[in-house]
Amino acid sequence: MTPVVEVAGLRKEYAMGEDRVHALRGVDLTLERGEFVAVMGPSGSGKSTFMHVVGLLDSPSEGSYRFEGSEASHLSADERTDIRGRRLGFVFQAYNLLPRTSALENVELPMVYAGVPENERRPIALAKLDMVGIAHLAAHHPNQMSGGQQQRVAIARSLVNDPSLILADEPTGALDTKSSQEVMRLFTRLNREAGITVMLVTHEADVAAYARRIVSFRDGLVTSDVVNERRAA
Amino acid sequence: MTVKATLRLALSALIRNKARSLLTMLGIVIGVAAVIVTVAIGVGARTSVQQSISSLGSNLIVVQPGSVTQTGARTGFGGASSLTPDDGLAIAKLPGVAAVSPTVSVRTQVVAGDNNWQTTITGVAPTYTFIRSWAIASGRLFNENEVASAAKIAVLGQTVAGQLFPDGSSPIGQTIIIKGAPFTVIGTLVALGQSGLGQDQDDIVLIPYTSAMERLTGLSTVNTLMVSAGDSAQIDPVTQSVTQLLETRHRIVPPQTDDFQVRNLQAIAQTASQTGTVMELLLAGVAAVSLLVGGIGIMNIMLVSVTERTREIGLRMSVGARAATILRQFLAESIVLSTIGGLIGVVAGAIGTVAVALLTHWPTAIPLQWVLASVAFSAMVGIFFGYYPARQAAALNPIEALRFE
Repeated sequence: MTPVVEVAGLRKEYAMGEDRVHALRGVDLTLERGEFVAVMGPSGSGKSTFMHVVGLLDSPSEGSYRFEGSEASHLSADERTDIRGRRLGFVFQAYNLLPRTSALENVELPMVYAGVPENERRPIALAKLDMVGIAHLAAHHPNQMSGGQQQRVAIARSLVNDPSLILADEPTGALDTKSSQEVMRLFTRLNREAGITVMLVTHEADVAAYARRIVSFRDGLVTSDVVNERRAA
Repeated sequence: MTVKATLRLALSALIRNKARSLLTMLGIVIGVAAVIVTVAIGVGARTSVQQSISSLGSNLIVVQPGSVTQTGARTGFGGASSLTPDDGLAIAKLPGVAAVSPTVSVRTQVVAGDNNWQTTITGVAPTYTFIRSWAIASGRLFNENEVASAAKIAVLGQTVAGQLFPDGSSPIGQTIIIKGAPFTVIGTLVALGQSGLGQDQDDIVLIPYTSAMERLTGLSTVNTLMVSAGDSAQIDPVTQSVTQLLETRHRIVPPQTDDFQVRNLQAIAQTASQTGTVMELLLAGVAAVSLLVGGIGIMNIMLVSVTERTREIGLRMSVGARAATILRQFLAESIVLSTIGGLIGVVAGAIGTVAVALLTHWPTAIPLQWVLASVAFSAMVGIFFGYYPARQAAALNPIEALRFE
């Protein structure tokens, strides 16, 4: 089966004022379907840049990136946008839900841009809310929900176009311990039961501990890539 | 994305910020409402002026004396004493002329028994009521013989009749004193009401013009000659032939200016409508300024909105919104804002117009083209002032936008 992500010799540099920052200095990595991988590293290690490139929010300076088997390193902004909307799901630290908008409508948003007909959106969105266990909060607005519940809405939103990969950027960064555990168990369950491929970016070891594979970054390079023997959850 | 879907997105974003959206619209609402009310009053006034001008008489042409220069000072039109009853008789023989009447007007006191009243005494020919389309209410009008003999007889307008004979008795056969001379009342005129300029047209006494010249002015000239053309198509040719005839009769050779002026109601109506056009242009200017201010308000709020919603824009881009889609959404937001503002402004303006009409009894009319133009202009304001903020939004980098605090 084609790997979801195949990265080879990936480099990324950008100008920051006078200096050139080498955020990625030659990364090779392959993500198979159904994997649950945590990308770890201190700030400045390049893990966020790696996530942006893999998530097609940014393009690499050098090297090859094959997404679902096709080269994606030289796509135009619009082509990347279309793939993001249809084949990728994003979960952010700050949830990034639309304010004064119901959970259901928030979950429907990626389908609006993917051109899913209106009458098909509602049942799909409801099914995804049910999948993350908060179908009963469909009509609630973000300010009527706890942080954990809001992050579940965001996860449901990331699932809605049946993406081949979900990218979670510090998804528990704004949550208390209990909510963090619940969210991580949800990712584990989605990975195990629904076979969803998850790439998690974090700097916390106890969050990374839920993943099956842990990749560590330092100074723009992969320093370790290990199978997590003692999985949490 | 379809237009409908884009409008949907824009509407839901605006509804999320109801209070702000309404306040942003307010500039446009007030601008459009002000335009509608002022235009309604202006157009209403113009229409009623035109109506009253055409009610003055059928196919009317008025000949007035021209300006004269006396020791360097030029009098206005009517200052010269150049028109005579003989000019009128000559005009009456021209082809296309239905009737001619000289008028000689004097403002003076009229006495009847214990009552007196200051009014305008107008000396006319029997054709005058035909020219003015004015009917006799009771009694009769004087005839040619009575004019020829300068008979001391009078026909009263309704206002004068009411003031001199307040007990309601018939004035016919009664005697009234004009400048010391007794006149016998032989008829009354039907009420015409106010003229377009607010004058009471019924405050008048008609007497034979010969009597007016002999007893009141003592002059051999008249104030005006009123000419009625046979039909409206002949107004212009008759105006020309009257001008030529009078130039010949008054021996006017080219370097000299005419000592008379020939005007027809079309010219007067044109003047009135030109005044109206100038008014409308001024109003359009006021409208443009107020809508400009409203548009700047929209741009201001849209720029604030783009900054405030930077993360939302980043999120929308990360879940599949292309830059062009973001641009269209924000553009749609400002167009929807300004167009709805324009529509509310039209409704508010219509309500305001009805209120003004009820309170002041001024004639009003809301022309459809102004309504359409206001709404279309509002939409254009939205496009013009919404484009820059929308472009700012579309130019955002999703990674930076998502990180924006």
